[in-house]
Amino acid sequence: MVTYIWVFFLCIGSLFFLFTGNAESLNNLILKGGSDGINLLLDMLPLLVLWTGIMKIAEDSKILDGFSKLVKPVLSKLFPSLPKDHPALGYIASNIAANALGLGSAATPFGLKAMECLQKDNPKKDTATEAMITFLVLNTGGVTLVPTTVISLRLMYGSANPSEIIITSILATLISNVAGLLFDYYKRRKNHV
Amino acid sequence: MFNFSNYIVPIFVLGIVIYAFIKKVNIYDSFLIGAKEGLITTFKIAPAVIAMVFVTNIFLNSHVLDFLFSFFTPLLNRFGIPISVLPMAIVRPISGTASLAIMTNIFKEFGPDSFVGRLASNLQGCTDTTIYVLALYFSSIRVKKTGHALAAGLFADLIGIIAAFIITFLFFD
Repeated sequence: MVTYIWVFFLCIGSLFFLFTGNAESLNNLILKGGSDGINLLLDMLPLLVLWTGIMKIAEDSKILDGFSKLVKPVLSKLFPSLPKDHPALGYIASNIAANALGLGSAATPFGLKAMECLQKDNPKKDTATEAMITFLVLNTGGVTLVPTTVISLRLMYGSANPSEIIITSILATLISNVAGLLFDYYKRRKNHV
Repeated sequence: MFNFSNYIVPIFVLGIVIYAFIKKVNIYDSFLIGAKEGLITTFKIAPAVIAMVFVTNIFLNSHVLDFLFSFFTPLLNRFGIPISVLPMAIVRPISGTASLAIMTNIFKEFGPDSFVGRLASNLQGCTDTTIYVLALYFSSIRVKKTGHALAAGLFADLIGIIAAFIITFLFFD
C-alpha cells in the first residue's frame, strides 16, 4: 500500500514539475529532499525518547495496567480479537487520550508502542491484523477535544470568538470516526463470512 | 482555555513518578530502559519518515493539485463551495503542516470568522494526517499488507470533510 502511494506521489509530482518546465526546482527538491525529513525526526526524537522513558515508569508501576482495566469495557468492544487484558489496550487508550487532549506529539510514542505490542501476537508478520487496522482507523480519525493549534491561530488572526469551533469540530470528528469504524466493522464481518 | 493543556503534561508526569516512587519501582532504571526503546523506535521509523516527507514535498510543491482544482472551480462555485477550502481538504490527510499553512492563508485572506475560515478550522480539527500516520505506524513494525486500513481511513476523512461542511453551514450560516 505504502509503495503505491510513494510511487504515485513521486511520479505525478516529478512529471508535473517537468511538464511545467520547472526542472530546476525539482532538481533542488530532490537534492535537498532529505533534510526536511531529518528535521522532522529531530523534532520528534527528544519527545519520543522522553515519553517512552516516562511511560516505562508507568508500565513498571502498573499504572498502565490499571488504566487499561478502566477503559477495557469500551475498548474490548472495539477490539473483539484482543484478550481483555492485552497490554496493547493500555497503550491504545493512552494514545487516544493524548490525541483527544491535543497532545499530538505525545501520542505518537504510545501509538508506536501499541503497534509493537500488537505485532508480537501477529502470526503473519507482514500482514496487518484486524486490531491494528481498527486502532489506526481510530488514530487517523484524530479525536481532538481541544484543537489548541487551530484556536491559537484563530486568536492570532483576530477572531471574535476563537473557541467557537470546538463543539462543531468535535461533532465533525465524531461523525468521521463513526464512519471509519463502521467501514472497518463491515469489512471485518465480510472477511469472516 | 489555552493554559488547560499546559497543566496536563506536568501533572501527568509528576503523578506517574510519585506513584512509582511510592510503589518502590526502580524509577531511574525504568526511565533509561524506556528511553532506549524510544531511541531505537526513532531509528526504526527514520527511513519511513524521510521517505514520506521526501515524496510529499515533491507532490505538494509541484502544484499539480492547484492545476487539477482549476478544472473544478466552476462546478464548486455553482454549489457555493469556496475553492480555497478544497486544496486544504485534499492535503489534510497527507501533510499536517501543509494544511495548517493553507488554513493560515485562508484566515489571512478571509478572516477566521468568515464561513471559509470556520470551515477550515473544522476541517483541520476533524481528522489527522491519515496517509502519513499509516505509513509511519505500519513501517515501524514492518507490516506490508495493510488490508482495508487505507480505504477505511480515507473513507472516514471523506465523511469528515462532508460533515464539517454541513455542520459549519448549519451552525454558523
